[in-house]
Amino acid sequence: MEIEETRLPGVGLKHDLTTRSGQRVGVVSQRSGEREIVLYDRDDPDACRAVLHLTPQESEALAELLGAPRVIERLARLREQVEGIATEGIVVADGTPYVGRTLADAQIRTRTGSSVVAVARHGEVTPSPPPSFRFAAGDKVIVVGTDEGVRAVAALLMLG
Amino acid sequence: MHPAELLLELGAVIFGLGVLGRLAGRVGLSPIPLYLLAGLAFGSGGLLPLDAPEGFFEAGSQIGVVLLLLLLGLEYSAAELVGQLRQQAPVGALDLLLNGAPGAILALVLGWGPLAALAMFGVTAVSSSGIIAKVLTDLERLANRETPSVLSILVLEDLAMAVYLPVLTALLAASGPASALRSVVIALAVLAVVLVIALRYGRQVTAVVAADSNEILLLRVFGLALLVAGAAEQVHVSAAVGAFLLGIALSGEVAELARPLLEPLRDLFAAVFFVFFGLTTDPAQLPDAVLAALVLVVVGIATKVITGWVAARRAGVGPGGRIRAGAALIPRGEFSIVIAGLAGSSVDPRLAPTAAAYVLILAVLGPVAPRLADPLARRATARARARAAAA
Repeated sequence: MEIEETRLPGVGLKHDLTTRSGQRVGVVSQRSGEREIVLYDRDDPDACRAVLHLTPQESEALAELLGAPRVIERLARLREQVEGIATEGIVVADGTPYVGRTLADAQIRTRTGSSVVAVARHGEVTPSPPPSFRFAAGDKVIVVGTDEGVRAVAALLMLG
Repeated sequence: MHPAELLLELGAVIFGLGVLGRLAGRVGLSPIPLYLLAGLAFGSGGLLPLDAPEGFFEAGSQIGVVLLLLLLGLEYSAAELVGQLRQQAPVGALDLLLNGAPGAILALVLGWGPLAALAMFGVTAVSSSGIIAKVLTDLERLANRETPSVLSILVLEDLAMAVYLPVLTALLAASGPASALRSVVIALAVLAVVLVIALRYGRQVTAVVAADSNEILLLRVFGLALLVAGAAEQVHVSAAVGAFLLGIALSGEVAELARPLLEPLRDLFAAVFFVFFGLTTDPAQLPDAVLAALVLVVVGIATKVITGWVAARRAGVGPGGRIRAGAALIPRGEFSIVIAGLAGSSVDPRLAPTAAAYVLILAVLGPVAPRLADPLARRATARARARAAAA
C-alpha cells in the first residue's frame, strides 16, 4: 500500500491511497484542523465523487473507530521499545485509602519516581490526568517508571 | 464635522456592507463586486453621495491593503514560496505573460501611456486567491488532482506581486527615466534585503511579536505591520509589499495564532478599501470603460483557461481536470483593485473605472464559471476514456 502525499499551498496537505478493491481515497488535512475524506471518481480519477467534512473532534473519533491504537496499547508498545522502562495498569481497589482522594494527595511522583500517564475508568481513558484528578474504586491507573518505582506505586495504591 | 454625523454615516455604510455581504453569500457570490458598487453609489456623482466619512475611508483603505497583504504573507512560509518557485516557475511565467499582456496591449492601443500599460498588466494578470480558494472549498474540489496546480499558480502570482508592486510604485513616484531607474533599483534592493531577512531570520522576527496573550499578540503584529508598511512606503517599496514580507517572515505558531485574530480586522478594512476605491472612481466614466473591460474579460477568460490547461497537463491531469483548472482561475478581485488603486488616476483617468468594471464582471462570473464549465469537463473526460478504450 502506497500513500501519496501532496502539498496544497495555503490550504494544507492531502494524502491519497488506492484500496485493494481499486477505490481511491484521500484525506485533506486543512490548516484549521478540519479534515475532509474524499472518494475519487472511478470514471474521472482527477475528480472526487464524494466529500465528507469532519471537525477535528469528529476526525479523532473516526480515527479511533478505524483502529488507531488506544493509549494503553500504545503504552504496551512503548514498554517493548524501551528497555528499563516499566508500564503497569494498577487497579485502585475498593476500600484503599486513595479512593476519593486526588492525584496530588498521593504524591506518586515524589514518593516513587514514577509518573501517572493515564487513568482508565469504565473503558474511558483520561490521558495525563491533572493533579486535581480524584481516584475512584476500580480505576485503572497507568504508571510509567522503573520496575521498582512501578511496584512502589502498586503498593501505595493498593495498600495505602 | 460633528462626531454624531460621522458615526451615523459610518455606521450606515458599514452596516449596509454587512447586508450586502450577506446577500452575496446567499447567492454564492464574492462580496467584492457589491462593495465596489456600494462605493460607486456613495461617491460623488453616484446615487447617494456621502461626504462625511471620506477621511476615515481613506485611512481605512490604506489599513485594508496592509492587512490584505499581511494575511496573504501569513498563509505561506518562506520555504513553501521558494519550493513552489523552483517547481512551477515556467507555469508562473506563462501565467503572468499570457494574462498580463492583454491589459498592457489595451492600455497602449488606447494611448494611456507605458505606466498605465504596466499597471493594466498587473490588473489583468492576477487571479483572486481569496475568491478561488473559497470557490474550490465550496465546490468540494480541494482534493481534486488539478487543485495543487491551481493553488501553485496563485502562490506564484502572490510572489510575483512582491516584485511587481515595488517596481510599479517606484515608477509611479519617479519623474523622468533616470530617477525612475534609480527608484526601481532602490526598491528592488530593499526588497532583496527584506526577503533575505524573512528567509534567514524569520525566527527572530517571530520572537519579536510572540506573546502569551491574544491581545498583546494582536497589538504587536498589527503595530509592526503598520510600522513596516510605513517604512516601506517611505522608500517607495509600497506599504503592501512591506506587509506581505512581514507576513512571510512570521512563521510557525505565531502565524497560526495571529491569523484568526487578524482575519476579522482584515475583512472590515478590506471592505472599507473596496468602498473607498468605488468612492474615488467616477461613475460617469463607467459606461465608456465597460467596452474596454468587456474586451479584457473575454480575452482574460480565454487566457486563464489556457494557463489552467497547461498547468494541469504538466501535472499529468486528464482533459476534464484541465478544463476545471482553467475555469477555476478566472476570478479577478482584490489585487487587481489594489494595483488600480496604487496607479490611481495619476496615470490615466480611464484606468480605475476600467479596472473596476473588469473586476465587477470577473468577480461575478468567476465563481460561476467552474459550474458552467463542468459539463464541458465531463464531456472531455468521457471522450478521453473512449479514446483510451479504442486504442
